Amino acid sequence: MDERVMAVKISFKLNGEDVCINIDDHITLLDMLRDNFELYGAKEGCGYGECGSCTVLVDDVAVNSCLMLAPAVNGRSVVTIEGLSGPRGELDPLQKSFVEKGAVQCGFCTPGMVMSAKALLMAKPRPTEEEIRKGMAGNLCRCTGYTKIVEAVKDASEKEVL
Amino acid sequence: MRRLTYHEPESLKDAFALLEGHGETAKLLAGGTDLIIEIKQETKTPDHLISLRCIPELQDIDYSNGELCIGAMVTHRMIEQSKLIREKFSLLADAVDNLGSVQVRNVATIGGNICNGAPSADTAAPVVALGAKLVLDGPAGERQVNVEEFFQGPGKTALAAGEILRAIRIPTLPQGAGSCYIKHSRRKAMDLPLLGIAVIIVPDDNMVCQEARIALSLAGPIPFRAKKAEAFVTGKPLSREIWEQAAQVAVSESNPRTSFRTTADYRKKMICALIPRAAETALRRVNKAWMKG
Ligand SMILES: Cc1cc2nc3c(=O)[nH]c(=O)nc-3n(C[C@H](O)[C@H](O)[C@H](O)COP(=O)(O)OP(=O)(O)OC[C@H]3O[C@@H](n4cnc5c(N)ncnc54)[C@H](O)[C@@H]3O)c2cc1C
Ligand code: FES
Ligand code: FES
Repeated sequence: MDERVMAVKISFKLNGEDVCINIDDHITLLDMLRDNFELYGAKEGCGYGECGSCTVLVDDVAVNSCLMLAPAVNGRSVVTIEGLSGPRGELDPLQKSFVEKGAVQCGFCTPGMVMSAKALLMAKPRPTEEEIRKGMAGNLCRCTGYTKIVEAVKDASEKEVL
Repeated sequence: MRRLTYHEPESLKDAFALLEGHGETAKLLAGGTDLIIEIKQETKTPDHLISLRCIPELQDIDYSNGELCIGAMVTHRMIEQSKLIREKFSLLADAVDNLGSVQVRNVATIGGNICNGAPSADTAAPVVALGAKLVLDGPAGERQVNVEEFFQGPGKTALAAGEILRAIRIPTLPQGAGSCYIKHSRRKAMDLPLLGIAVIIVPDDNMVCQEARIALSLAGPIPFRAKKAEAFVTGKPLSREIWEQAAQVAVSESNPRTSFRTTADYRKKMICALIPRAAETALRRVNKAWMKG
């Protein structure tokens, strides 16, 4: 069989915009976002669901995009770190908190961290520290020691604008 | 990842047809948190994936006529957030509380956890203790299997070719029951259990044990009920000493193995330490339920 024939056409909402693409069935959501949409925020740390650096929102909940097949988002909504900033590139309050609290060092984990925190705050605007730690247990950071990340999420949760 | 074709049937009938049409080359896909990894590692090599995501019958938690019925595609996150399950079937809520991460729990399903047949599955001991029945549906019709008979060995289940797990049926616990599942692992988060301990207790007004159920996972090749230990505590006053003795009985019924994660001996010691602890929590939950009236 001609391998090209296997591509399927899917349409979904990506960062608020309707998009449509032909994609091979075996491509992961993560690879599609990076290779086809050139959105390089979500990253492959492990490829096995362990590190969370590939975290994006699908229908407003956090998922590991390395374990989801691209065709499975047909008809759904996907938000990546690139979708958080405003039309003129202004940062989301949560991103600002990460910057202000020094929660970013090398930055590799940051897009995933921010997306997990975003999902958490959308579901629970005033989480306790324990809830923040539990909500972000699937995101590994090798630099910060997590303290500043938890502080940043707490800070964002206290901002009225959310 | 290797090439494959993704299917998203919208009814069980269509799913059966796809399963039949593609035979051995097809695998059912639930949340994919086990299967996609196996495909990436090439330990499984399906040409077709049949996703169960859009089949309405598999998606709900239903509680009626004294029975909890959990659709196979219900995610661990839905179980975690179900007030009903936390109140009435606490050990099942315990099981998913620390299962993977939020990202994993958002997509991973109870059906996938059970059908994968992994000895480390966190929901296994709880569903065994709860005496769950699995509703298996196939082109030839539906059958129900006791969950204890479903698990046949590591990675081996009673699921026949062409069958789909539709739901997990769990009878309500007797009035005044308390339950608890302890996942024993090296880290609190993002770790598989070294041992799983599920305990259900029904005390009478004088704190004498009317009924006890103890299910263990990773204490043998498949999860099982420690029936002798259950018989030992039944009819006795629910004291710490009795539970320590019951734990010894449970050890004699178990057959854990030494793996790269830990030794058989350690698992046995932890069975002794954790059965009384699980019983204590289960009992505390009974009292709480009583205080609420
Ligand atoms: C980072 C990470 C951490 C994890 N931590 C834990 C943990 O702490 N505890 C734990 O128990 N597990 C853990 N897991 C394993 C996994 O998440 C669970 O086993 C999960 O419940 C599997 O469900 P799924 O929906 O993803 O299954 P899938 O991967 O989609 O399927 C698993 C298997 O079941 C079959 N199957 C699925 N649904 C059906 C059905 N309805 N009928 C028939 N067959 C079916 C599939 O064909 C496949 O063979 C972890 C996984 C990851 C990636
Ligand atoms: S790359 Fe997806 S969890 Fe690590
Ligand atoms: S900032 Fe470097 S991994 Fe988190």
